[in-house]
Amino acid sequence: MTRVLIGIALAAALGATASVASAQTLNTVKQRGNLNCGANGTLPGFGLPDAQGRWTGLDVDYCKAIAAAIFNDPNKVKFVPLTARDRFTALQSGDVDVLARNTTWTSSRDTSLGLNFTAINYFDGQGFLVRKALKVNSALELNDAAVCVQQGTTTELNLADYFRANKMKLKTVTFATSDEAVKAYDAGRCDAYTTDASGLAGERLRLANSNDHIMLPEIISKEPLGPVVRHGDDQWFDIAKWAHYAMVTAEELGITRANVDDHMKSENPDVKRLLGTEGKHGEALGLTNDWAVRIIKHVGNYGESFERNVGQGSNLKIARGLNGLWTKGGLQYAPPLR
Amino acid sequence: MTVIDTRGPDSGKPRVPLIYNPKVRGIAFQVLLCALIAFLVWEAVSNAADNLARAKVAAGFDFWNHTAGFDISQTLIEYSTASTYGRAFWVGLLNTLLVAGLGIVFATILGFIVGIARLSTNWLVSKVASVYVELIRNLPLLLQLLFWYNAVLKALPEMRDSLVIPGGGFLNNRGLFLPQPTFHHQALATLIAIGLGVALAIAFVVWAKRRQIRTGRQSPVFTVAMFFVVVLPGAVFALTGFPVEFMFPEKGRFNIRGGIEVLPEFMALLFGLVVYTAAFIAEVVRAGILSVSKGQTEAAYSLGLRPRPTLRLVIIPQAMRVIIPPLTNQYLNLTKNSSLAVAVGYPDLVQVFAGTVLNQTGQAVEVIVITMAVYLIISLVTSFLMNLYNRRVMLVER
Repeated sequence: MTRVLIGIALAAALGATASVASAQTLNTVKQRGNLNCGANGTLPGFGLPDAQGRWTGLDVDYCKAIAAAIFNDPNKVKFVPLTARDRFTALQSGDVDVLARNTTWTSSRDTSLGLNFTAINYFDGQGFLVRKALKVNSALELNDAAVCVQQGTTTELNLADYFRANKMKLKTVTFATSDEAVKAYDAGRCDAYTTDASGLAGERLRLANSNDHIMLPEIISKEPLGPVVRHGDDQWFDIAKWAHYAMVTAEELGITRANVDDHMKSENPDVKRLLGTEGKHGEALGLTNDWAVRIIKHVGNYGESFERNVGQGSNLKIARGLNGLWTKGGLQYAPPLR
Repeated sequence: MTVIDTRGPDSGKPRVPLIYNPKVRGIAFQVLLCALIAFLVWEAVSNAADNLARAKVAAGFDFWNHTAGFDISQTLIEYSTASTYGRAFWVGLLNTLLVAGLGIVFATILGFIVGIARLSTNWLVSKVASVYVELIRNLPLLLQLLFWYNAVLKALPEMRDSLVIPGGGFLNNRGLFLPQPTFHHQALATLIAIGLGVALAIAFVVWAKRRQIRTGRQSPVFTVAMFFVVVLPGAVFALTGFPVEFMFPEKGRFNIRGGIEVLPEFMALLFGLVVYTAAFIAEVVRAGILSVSKGQTEAAYSLGLRPRPTLRLVIIPQAMRVIIPPLTNQYLNLTKNSSLAVAVGYPDLVQVFAGTVLNQTGQAVEVIVITMAVYLIISLVTSFLMNLYNRRVMLVER
């Protein structure tokens, strides 16, 4: 892992000027013929390759949506699995074009890391997983507990903050990957494992006896997760932003994978603008005007992707909650497409 | 008319153009190479700076004094989540030095034992040593570390079923917990007694050696030295009324509090590094001993020396000349390998600084450069010290 890091740092130092922060990410991607997407390789529901090497997940769908918009082919994506620790360096140095790896939007990452957060594709919060046998009912009872955590995450910081704020003692055991952290928790090294609640739901299923573990009710932080791009390429920033908003808008308008063809004949001006039968919104992004049609046809709208990956259509069975549309009590809200 | 060559055969070197002059050429090529390297370095640095500036990535070392905000499981100096990144760096560095220092000591001891055992005339002993060396040095260290870490975690009992160590310690899968001694100020007398004892012991050893050279008579050096170093301070300690108090570890709801805590991550890493490096050191020691010709042993025997003094006084001192340089390499390897700590969650320099700090600040270039510089300095200091020692044992040619 160290070698990877050093390699990336050297690449950053020596790397061709063209690869970093050029305003031509879209052209580079087109010439290369595929999108390089930094993904989580180990998190069910967000980014995980199956036995056949097919990637699935909410973040994976997002990258597929960008590829669909550019190439009209959702499979023209090369997924690069990254640890929480290596992810920003990989994006900064140009190894990936976009980072869709359940990454929390914070001010320092948005500024001094040289990155731009595009949109929030999952509203999350940090929780704790503990053994039922411990008979703990609240995170406030965890004084003096040993907690396993993954390195290089906001989780690591929130954990320290939460214990400090509540005047509790903490023993952190930090691992480079979530796999190692979960394994150590499972082996009894720690009393609790902490990460984003969505992650806990997925990791819990991978434990030896998932029914022996429960999630504590406290959510100790705001974790707005979203895709990230580099500073310095506004066109690419716009594409990355609107790929997500197109999926949310499609859900608002009730356009799905199945009925998108029917909607092509729609007279509704909102639908016409989204599907490119009116206006030149796609060309303004540097894409074709049917960019949103491609996304919806190949990937579906936001709701479809959510249910398929983390919702009722998956093992995780996470409710929409905060991630419902704003019209249904959630926070997912797309700016108007006009 | 005959043309007489007035120049003798040795009247001067043949005049060749400057570009064919080997000396000039040599210098020119060296200058060119230096210029090329300087250019490449300058290009790389300025390119990196440009790229970082264009991407508006923070640069410089301001982050050093910013609040770190994360917790570290093992801290030899005071550290809290409110400490700075600079403090986190020192915590990580000390953890690296701790595991590397202890690793070097134990690996040397184990390596010498195994190396000598491999040359033993006892079939079983030498075969066991051979199997150990061949097994350990042919497996990747990372796998071994993961194996030891999981073996440690799986083999040890849970917190609630902790093994109780007589004298008030606990052992479980959270670590080894031992009573922590705190000394009262009367203990100062004991400290002085230890210093005095060591000084007396050294004085006695020097005196005994001189006496042996002069008269040939040996003195009971070990017994007398032990008396000065152990019995004298012990007596003082008892006379001042045992001025020590132990803080015993206690079971809490989740963990054991108080006392000295040895993390399982530390144990696994130390054990893995020692076992791995000792296999290499054993081979170095074996090669060193085999390099001393058999005639030396025979000469020592014919002088009436028994096998043990022969090994200690004749073979090992000569073998050391061969052993020291490759042994230095093994020490350097051990130190550098300690960076694999990240795989087992031990908070060494790479895990804390090149891991969490790098990620939180995003300043990959600065952090990696500092980390590399630190390993370079540690390695250079280690080899400097070993070279000093090597000069002492080197064959002095007269």
